[in-house]
Amino acid sequence: MTPNLCGRPRTSPNPAGSPFFFRYLGSRGAALAVVALLGLAGPSAAAPGDPAAGAAVYDRCLACHALAYNRTGPKHCGLIGRRAGSVPGFAYSPAMTASGIVWSPETLDRFLADPLGIVPGTSMTYDGVKDPQARADLIAFLVQTSASGETCP
Amino acid sequence: MTHQNTLTDPARASFSRRLFVSRAGKATLSAGAVMVLATGCTGAYTNPAEAGDEAKDAQILNTALGAELEAVAAYQVGAESGLLEKAVLDLAVQFQGHHKEHADLLASTVNKLGGTPVAAKAKYDFPVDQLKTQADVLRFAAGLEKGAVSAYLGAVPLFGNRDLAKAAASILGDEAMHWAVLRSALGENPVPGAFVS
Repeated sequence: MTPNLCGRPRTSPNPAGSPFFFRYLGSRGAALAVVALLGLAGPSAAAPGDPAAGAAVYDRCLACHALAYNRTGPKHCGLIGRRAGSVPGFAYSPAMTASGIVWSPETLDRFLADPLGIVPGTSMTYDGVKDPQARADLIAFLVQTSASGETCP
Repeated sequence: MTHQNTLTDPARASFSRRLFVSRAGKATLSAGAVMVLATGCTGAYTNPAEAGDEAKDAQILNTALGAELEAVAAYQVGAESGLLEKAVLDLAVQFQGHHKEHADLLASTVNKLGGTPVAAKAKYDFPVDQLKTQADVLRFAAGLEKGAVSAYLGAVPLFGNRDLAKAAASILGDEAMHWAVLRSALGENPVPGAFVS
């Protein structure tokens, strides 16, 4: 994919996504703020996701994640409907554990666009999947495979 | 299954090769990048308000460190699999050495930034039951390297210290070369596109 070299601000477009916003909140307040951010952000301008195209986008995740087992990041099997920070045996950042997020296509869309903006302090120190269509495809892939008996026995 | 960071007997047979690789590998990171990481970016965070940047940069490096340590263990699995021809085994050991160098440097820099470097896990879960041929091992390694390129690409814009971003980009370049060589060994186009993502 040809990178977009212009038009994207260096910082989060939502001022409330700034880490400064979270410094004035306790962990409970931060969790509420995360949930609020996830709920208030607008929907992506993207066509319905294509799981096959999303498989290629998922390659970007393979330094840290796998579907069926924990790595540097937690496994993705059973992702949809799971509370963030709840995979047994995985050492999450306190920020992720306190985020209050429950993973759904909508919450994934917002988080994957700007992980550190949505959950400051997360160990997922990744700039995000900025292209809405790539994100939609990735989420379609995750929805399909994380619940599949074949990939997640 | 516990994977320790020691080399297997077949790998020991290529000791002289590894010695060469170890020496040659010193050039993996650019001299400037090594200097930046090794000195802990002295003077890069002069404003107290930038303390948050320092902690954030340490977290970015720590996440990268965790992935590098896992890569070292993954190459160990490949080296111990008994599936690799001598030339491919030498390559795997060389690449493992690069990841060790990355990990050592990242850990020392996290320390210098006031953080606590993550340690290697006592046990890593790898899909060893799916590694039945040399091509399986190469494809597994190629996937990890491709993911590593994406991970560093996604980390570079996040650093508060631009020198650390430069150093991370240097590691990215090394991982991209690994990926290309592994693809070539698989008979695939080593450089499938003009950009990585």
